[in-house]
Amino acid sequence: MGITLLDFEKPIYEIEKRIKELSELIDEHPELKEELEALTKRAELIKKRVYSSLSRWQKVQLARHPDRPHAIDYITGMTDDFIELHGDRLYGDDPSIIAGLAKIEGIKVVIIGQEKGRDVHEKVYRNFGMPHPEGYRKAKRVMKLGERFNLPVVSIVDTPGAYPGIGAEERGQAMAIAENLEFMLGLKTPIVVAVIGEGGSGGALAIAVGDVVLAMEYSIYSVISPEGCAAILWRDGKLAPKAAEALKLTAKDLYELGVIDEIVPEPLGGAHRDHATAINNLKTAILKHLRNLMKLDKNELLKRRHEKYRKIGYFKEE
Amino acid sequence: MHSLNLPLKQISKISEIFFVPNGLQCLTPKLRNGYNKRMLPFFRRRSKPTLPDIERERKGPPEGLWFKCDGCGEMLYRSQLEKNLWVCPHCGHHFRIGAGKYKEILLDNKEFDEEIAPNLTSLDPLGFPDYKAKIEKSMRKTGLKEAAIAGVGRIGNRKIVLFITDFGFIGGSMGSVVGEKFYRAARKAIELKVPMIAVTASGGGARMHEGIISLMQMVKTSLGVLEMKEAGIPYIVVLTHPTMGGVMASFASLGDVLIAEPKALLGFAGPRVIRDTIKQELPEGFQRSEFLLEHGMVDMVLNRKELKDTIIRILDILEGN
Ligand SMILES: [Zn+2]
Repeated sequence: MGITLLDFEKPIYEIEKRIKELSELIDEHPELKEELEALTKRAELIKKRVYSSLSRWQKVQLARHPDRPHAIDYITGMTDDFIELHGDRLYGDDPSIIAGLAKIEGIKVVIIGQEKGRDVHEKVYRNFGMPHPEGYRKAKRVMKLGERFNLPVVSIVDTPGAYPGIGAEERGQAMAIAENLEFMLGLKTPIVVAVIGEGGSGGALAIAVGDVVLAMEYSIYSVISPEGCAAILWRDGKLAPKAAEALKLTAKDLYELGVIDEIVPEPLGGAHRDHATAINNLKTAILKHLRNLMKLDKNELLKRRHEKYRKIGYFKEE
Repeated sequence: MHSLNLPLKQISKISEIFFVPNGLQCLTPKLRNGYNKRMLPFFRRRSKPTLPDIERERKGPPEGLWFKCDGCGEMLYRSQLEKNLWVCPHCGHHFRIGAGKYKEILLDNKEFDEEIAPNLTSLDPLGFPDYKAKIEKSMRKTGLKEAAIAGVGRIGNRKIVLFITDFGFIGGSMGSVVGEKFYRAARKAIELKVPMIAVTASGGGARMHEGIISLMQMVKTSLGVLEMKEAGIPYIVVLTHPTMGGVMASFASLGDVLIAEPKALLGFAGPRVIRDTIKQELPEGFQRSEFLLEHGMVDMVLNRKELKDTIIRILDILEGN
């Protein structure tokens, strides 16, 4: 796997490369110890400075970072057992949504996850994480299974959006999304949603209605891509950085707007620099919420879920 | 014919062969199948399908006493067209009409007996560029306070709640006010134990200017539908041109019965986005009402003149024994 460097990551990469070189020499040249320590300190400082002042657009780039852990990595890393289930029993199986039965620290759950794919071959196979209606219907079928056997739902969101294609429209993309919204609102089992990368509009929302919605620190969630927004507003997709600012799409924005319930911290520099820590952080957060939600009576659970969505909106009434 | 966007000459030729006056929805199923299998390649060969730009279409009924039909080019007289509910008597083209006109067409008294949440207006939760100005402009232009109106009224002497979006107000997009108003309308229907009818028109669906908050209105409106279904309230949707994106992917698709006006553009992704993604031209009639009917996504395609009577008959039966 090659390293993909974002512009603002380059100085950090340079200094880390130097540190690595020095540490390889240190056994033969103990006199370099001081320089190595100073460099390590400086690297930490630079990282903190860079990552505490990221623009929204830079966070968009992190959210889409090709080396970022994907749904598969989280599922593999978090679960003690995972049995994948396939197909919507109507039309086909959509590889851009993974669904199955799993155990997380002994808690039995069903897991849904949007998977973008890692290498070129897999990206094509996964349709870059852009689901067709059959993907949403598979998710719905598996969630229904969870409800029947008293298994909470863990839903992992990472998609540029629902796939805009002829077949998708023929088979009712809008209908599939709408039905999932209504279905998830009424599902009598706890739902914990985690946005791990890109939450692309309705295509994300169709598996993202939940009792608790978590977002990884450098994930985004938006009604439209910054590029799409810029194209509509200013007829220029290159103004995406400006659109990203306007859309308020970072985890921090979402938390402040009351759309997500918790921000899950990522390792310094972002999840792509340390998969294990990112996965463990999310696992800890999911477990905490699952344990809380599983204590609730089902009617109380639904009452709270409905109340939460009923409240979202900003308007005035004279 | 307008929606097919073919040159007029070609249209008249094609229509002689394949179209009956009111368009495809009048063809028998057998003929429709024939259209599917045999005539589609014909269209592909003969015409260069270009997709109409919704933004450049008329936002409402045309001005003036006389004007040309957008569909067939015939000269039409305003009062004649008014009487015909803004459906061209020559070609069946459905002119876009605002929320207020649907209210007049559907309600016995042409007016709400009680309006629901009439004073809800938008805030600007994100401080989005030019959003406030856009709202003010839309208010002046349409005389509406937001992109939807709702109220209690009577249809065939049956009390109902009616919710209508208006394309003229920021493309009929759904922000916080539309979401809240739909939810309240649904609650009103539940409280009064009366059916709800929604008439939709929305170019982009969720309103970009309210960002993620508008996306969440898809959930709020779906909650309204869920609560109606749990309470046994019949919910009928009339899909008009165009209903797309987040509106189509929430309350507009969740009706117990889905009715579409002829040749309305209905779907999730916009045609231009799809074309740019798949890098090929889209088949004629793609994402139009008749296409959705063929694919089992709507119950019927109805001429506007048949709307009211059909809704009354549906409500009568859904009332149960
Ligand atoms: Zn005409």
